[in-house]
Amino acid sequence: MADEILRVEDLHVSVEDTPILNGMNLTIHRGEIHVIMGRNGAGKSTLASVVMGHPAYEITKGTIHYMGTNIEEMSVFERARAGMFLSFQYPAVIPGVQVGTFLKKSVQSVSEEPLKGRAFRKELNAAMAALEMPKTVLSRYVNDGFSGGEKKRLEILQMLLLKPNLALLDETDSGLDIDALRIVAKGINSVAPQAGCLIITHYQRLLDHVQPHFVHVMIDGIIAQSGGPELALKLEKEGYEWLEAATEA
Amino acid sequence: MSDEAREAVGDYKFGFHDPENATIRFDKGLSEQVVRDISALKDEPEWMTDIRVKAYHHFMERPMPDWGNCGELNNIDFDNVTYFLRSSDATEKDWDDVPDDIKNTFDRLGIPEAEQKWLGGVTAQYESEAVYHSIREDLEAQGVLFLDMDSGLKEHPDIVKKFFGTVIPYSDNKFSALNTAVWSGGSFIYVPKGVHVEMPVQAYFRINAQNMGQFERTLIIADEGSSIHYVEGCTAPTYSTDSLHSAVVELIAMKDAKIRYSTIQNWSANVYNLVTKRGVAHENATVEWVDGNIGSKLTMKYPAVLLKGEGAHAEVISVAYAGAGQHQDAGAKVHHLAPNTTSSILSKSISKNGGRSSYRGMLQVTPKSHGCRSKIVCDALMLDSNSRSDTYPTMEIGNPTADLEHEASVSKVSGDQLFYLMSRGFTEEEAMGLIVNGFFEPFTRELPMEYAVELNKLLELEMEGSIG
Repeated sequence: MADEILRVEDLHVSVEDTPILNGMNLTIHRGEIHVIMGRNGAGKSTLASVVMGHPAYEITKGTIHYMGTNIEEMSVFERARAGMFLSFQYPAVIPGVQVGTFLKKSVQSVSEEPLKGRAFRKELNAAMAALEMPKTVLSRYVNDGFSGGEKKRLEILQMLLLKPNLALLDETDSGLDIDALRIVAKGINSVAPQAGCLIITHYQRLLDHVQPHFVHVMIDGIIAQSGGPELALKLEKEGYEWLEAATEA
Repeated sequence: MSDEAREAVGDYKFGFHDPENATIRFDKGLSEQVVRDISALKDEPEWMTDIRVKAYHHFMERPMPDWGNCGELNNIDFDNVTYFLRSSDATEKDWDDVPDDIKNTFDRLGIPEAEQKWLGGVTAQYESEAVYHSIREDLEAQGVLFLDMDSGLKEHPDIVKKFFGTVIPYSDNKFSALNTAVWSGGSFIYVPKGVHVEMPVQAYFRINAQNMGQFERTLIIADEGSSIHYVEGCTAPTYSTDSLHSAVVELIAMKDAKIRYSTIQNWSANVYNLVTKRGVAHENATVEWVDGNIGSKLTMKYPAVLLKGEGAHAEVISVAYAGAGQHQDAGAKVHHLAPNTTSSILSKSISKNGGRSSYRGMLQVTPKSHGCRSKIVCDALMLDSNSRSDTYPTMEIGNPTADLEHEASVSKVSGDQLFYLMSRGFTEEEAMGLIVNGFFEPFTRELPMEYAVELNKLLELEMEGSIG
């Protein structure tokens, strides 16, 4: 069996006593790209946040295993250091903290060995070139005054540098123009073979650039249907009504 | 350090103290005789003795301020303060001649190393007087005077007499009166016309003894078209009883001159820090205060600038950090006394673990001062909900052509910021440290690099062990 990265079993999650996830099941192996689609409010972002350990979400039932370990007791930073990564839909602004400093400290915090300055700079330069990011980004403050596209590129840059085993990408494609979309997809494709990937999206268009192995549709906090890339195409064409009708029936 | 000592010192890393080896130590308490004795010991001219005695009487008669943190001010026991303590009989020019225990202290504070690397001159004051002093030869050759204040008075009495107390008279406030009565040490600087001192000069103030009062007096005069950057640092040991630091700093920037005065005040949490700092800027001159208040029990300090000449400019950038049991009552005062003068005030404060920070500001534009511009920005960041931040801005605008901007914000560290940073591998404390350093960045970037690095480390240390 392939290398198991994430196993979510019968996961029930609430925020302030409102149930959001109602029995999610999902297993991701290394090298697999999974896509989750669904309407707003279906629980897609909640799934990504709860896997990353957001303290506002309460797991009322079920388990999350990461690389064979139940991670319920692990804090957010421990998950990051263990190789989990979340690309945020709305990355936080950290005023006064320069991107360059932030990246270096972040990579240092997840790596077990002391960071080698020259090697890090070389890798950083290569990753920024691949994402077509100007060097001037490094002296700007983290996400401060960034356009939507700039923020998403910075998320992908962090993913390339942190080299996660599990990459959770929450609507990373939203608000990107076609060139930015292509570049972001390039970043995802370079990380995907070595990691388990979970991409949350509303749109088929990212899937023109990234080939998923599985597409899942979430409705009311569970996966209502799973399939291959053809499922995304069908959703794009026909919307969610047929699936919702089937679920209710 | 023993565990017990560690507990007492807490996170404050300069809380160590050395044995007291005083050569002269006055009995605790203040009287006219103490004031006269200090003056006699220093062999001062009569006019200085007279000012001291007048100031002493003013201090005794003047009531405590009825604003600020009155409760805490009234806790000061002036009878339990040592007003003068001499630890070394000479001010040395070579660190090797400084008594070993004192030299060790400054070594631990990194002063000799900093001097070699990036400073144009250093004064190191220990208790009441300077124990070490040096200035680079090239500056001396250009006629720059940089002395401890006692030597300044001895060697250049005419200049001192001309300017001493002209910016801050003893009658200005209760603590300027106290300082004038018992002042000792501090820096005296004169920069001749047209001379630009490229490397910063530094003074470092260390209180070592318990219940000590440190009353340094600093006077900086930048003559026409000259410039200087003066840097001041301060620390003290952590004792269970209180010490008092009450300095007076007077700056005079003549026509087209520029003075920048940078402070990182990091007193231990048992020091009352009640300081009067004021500068005068003549025509087209600039006075800049870069003022960081990290430590102390209570700080009341409002660096001020009198814009006396047309086209003069004032800049005050300050940060305050108030932790448990600390009150930072800080701010800025700018008086636009001439036309076309400009000022900019940026104040940033952080409160944590029940600490309190207050911004107290004064902006004045006199009726004849047309065409003045001023921008004031006050940002407060609260790290938890039991801390406190207040703002007391006062504006007296007498001229309708004044162009004023005032922005104020109070923010809390958001859960989103913490989650984001922690998802990148930072612990909650590290995340807090980053946010705090970022918040202070507009201040930090104004500091010499070595200071900036040190300040960031200090703030990160403050965040350690602070998250419940």
